[in-house]
Amino acid sequence: MTPMTEHTTIAVAMSGGVDSSTVAAMLAQGGDTVVGLTLQLWDQTRLAGKHGIPDAPKAGRCCSLDDVYDARRVAEHLGIPYYVVNQEERFEQDVVRPFVSEYLAGRTPIPCSLCNNHLKFDQLLKTARSIGASRIATGHYAVNEFDPKRSRWILKRPADLAKDQTYFLFGLTQEQLAHTIFPLGRLTKPEVREVARQRGLALAEKPDSQEICFIPGGDYKQFLTAYLEEQGQRAPETAGELVASSGELLGRHEGISNFTVGQRKGLGVASSSPLYVLQIDPVSHRVTVGADAELATRTLRARRLNWISIPGLTEPMRVRAKIRHRHEPAWATLEPAGSEECIATFDEPQRAVTPGQSVIFYDGDEVVGGGWIV
Amino acid sequence: MRRVYMDANATTPLLPEVMEAMRPYWMENFGNASSIHLHGQQARTGVDRARETMAEFFNCHEAEVVFNSGGTEGDNTALFGLLRPGDHFVTTAIEHSAILQTAHRLAERGVETTYVAPQPNGLIDPAGISQALRPQTRLVSVMLANNETGVLQPVEEIGKIAAEAGVFFHIDAVQGAGKVKFDVRRFGCHLLSISAHKMHGPKGVGAMFVRRGTPVESLLVGGSHERRRRAGTENVPGIVGLGKAAELAMHSLEDGTLDRLTELRNRLETEILKLPGTGLNSGRDVARVANTTNIWFDQLEGEALVIALDLKGVAVSGGSACHSGATEPSHVLMAMGVDKTRARASLRFSLLKTATEADVDYVLMVVPEAVEHLRALSPVEAGTLG
Repeated sequence: MTPMTEHTTIAVAMSGGVDSSTVAAMLAQGGDTVVGLTLQLWDQTRLAGKHGIPDAPKAGRCCSLDDVYDARRVAEHLGIPYYVVNQEERFEQDVVRPFVSEYLAGRTPIPCSLCNNHLKFDQLLKTARSIGASRIATGHYAVNEFDPKRSRWILKRPADLAKDQTYFLFGLTQEQLAHTIFPLGRLTKPEVREVARQRGLALAEKPDSQEICFIPGGDYKQFLTAYLEEQGQRAPETAGELVASSGELLGRHEGISNFTVGQRKGLGVASSSPLYVLQIDPVSHRVTVGADAELATRTLRARRLNWISIPGLTEPMRVRAKIRHRHEPAWATLEPAGSEECIATFDEPQRAVTPGQSVIFYDGDEVVGGGWIV
Repeated sequence: MRRVYMDANATTPLLPEVMEAMRPYWMENFGNASSIHLHGQQARTGVDRARETMAEFFNCHEAEVVFNSGGTEGDNTALFGLLRPGDHFVTTAIEHSAILQTAHRLAERGVETTYVAPQPNGLIDPAGISQALRPQTRLVSVMLANNETGVLQPVEEIGKIAAEAGVFFHIDAVQGAGKVKFDVRRFGCHLLSISAHKMHGPKGVGAMFVRRGTPVESLLVGGSHERRRRAGTENVPGIVGLGKAAELAMHSLEDGTLDRLTELRNRLETEILKLPGTGLNSGRDVARVANTTNIWFDQLEGEALVIALDLKGVAVSGGSACHSGATEPSHVLMAMGVDKTRARASLRFSLLKTATEADVDYVLMVVPEAVEHLRALSPVEAGTLG
């Protein structure tokens, strides 16, 4: 690790939001040289106005012009150099296309993890190094620190558990963790806003962004239709049967990409008790629905794993597993399944385990690792 | 840290003489050039003198000079002012976006455009223009010098082709101003646009040569300024600054400045091209403006090199800036047949006419280091595959 006394250059990933702007402000006061970078990921005007996608995207999404403007204004205010780096092609290839194909395959992808795992950290570090910076800093709420005993970089949940973003960071490699700093990990969101106010940042009160950054309006179905049309493709025909868990045929649906496990609205069948999507079969296109209680699952299988606090899973381990961003981690026993996969068995059945989402395993505050739900 | 500016094709600083010439027109001689009283007459004098200089600069009559806000307005005026639904327009694939985007807008209004591609050396073949002409062709627009490669286009030959075909000819001469001698009669053009800030004048002002009798409709509608060809109160300090910049440019076209600049550029280019995995993005045999060179660097992202050089005090550019300020591969290089990877790995060095040997020395010290550093970086280990 770089001694704190040595003068280094740090590249701050600036999105134009409060968090990353505050990181830039905090670091600009230290002894290091700070350079602001924004990755230009998606042209927000590209599909605007098509299939109901709003014409003028609101701020709060990556690469909207307003956000680039805000990031630039912060850099000007702090007197640091600032650059926008074009990563549109890689973003489309590594995030947007997999996102679309996952939906078309009946799964529910998380583009933020795809982006963090494949693009953001990898590309930021590469760009940072090319301009002479040794480390990058981001506005994620997470803590990373080196443990000399284990000789590993450890990723931990932040002070503000409501803002915990470790769920999206499970794919970070040791190399990436060693060269990344998360200055907000020990602060709460209100404290971050207070720092922003103290540093005179005009956007201290800017609302947080919530939705998927490249989907203005947040309607992924509109996005899928407009994107496929632009690519000269039609959505594959995935209409099929809608069946009850008993096997009874309830009707037909127009395509599996309209459904997510656990979804209640828009099923198109009348029922005396609420019905939820239990299962989506990407081959037969059959969508199975049933009662809330039937959504509960005791085990899940995960693949494409990345381990952080341990070199690898060789024996059963007690963990708490988180299966959605808003899920309260639940006790489970983790076991290796072959060399590439693992199985988590929950102590209590968990609602709506969704293929395509990621699962993160915690040991206390530490991220053990994670993977993608099969 | 030393700073060397090698992005003159983006813009140039005012020369001190230009600043001095403009100075009285902000506060003392502040009048509206259309006013009858003394204040108005003072302002009018400044505008008229600048017009006289510009007439000499273009080699035209004073009545054929129209002041405007710069190159984009000139390009827009030529196209919107002449082309009507049903007309055909001929231009090239390497024009500035002020031409290309205007042509796209006109396509929505029923004007069809043919974009003539350059040869791999960056030159437009006049025969290509000839072949693109149709009975409905009303206007041909070709740039004098390309902003990315500096390649000088054969405007005289194209002017003759246009004259024979009886079509109007506009030259976007923005990147030629101050770099080559202008002669609108020899060029054979009806319209020619320039911008002051590319030749050490102020930003936001430019001028257009409009040959007498050319039925170009004004873009801005209002008062009877500029003989009804461009409405809006004259930007008097700007126009005075443009006049002074043009006067100085005419001097430096004669006093050996350009020969000295060519030598500096050639030294820079020759030394950089000695680095392994580099090459010139234009033919060596074609005529170029004195200050520009465009070089590709294998295994590099031009964008990263631009940032790295900036942080070392060297200002250059690569590609063209997109809406967010990120870089997109140059459409000029791509039109020349350069593949996207190489277009992304290309940098444009464009020297100010005030560049010194020491500037070139510094750049030649910084560039090889930066290139070596960038090439030595192995790609960062990617995250978990998903």
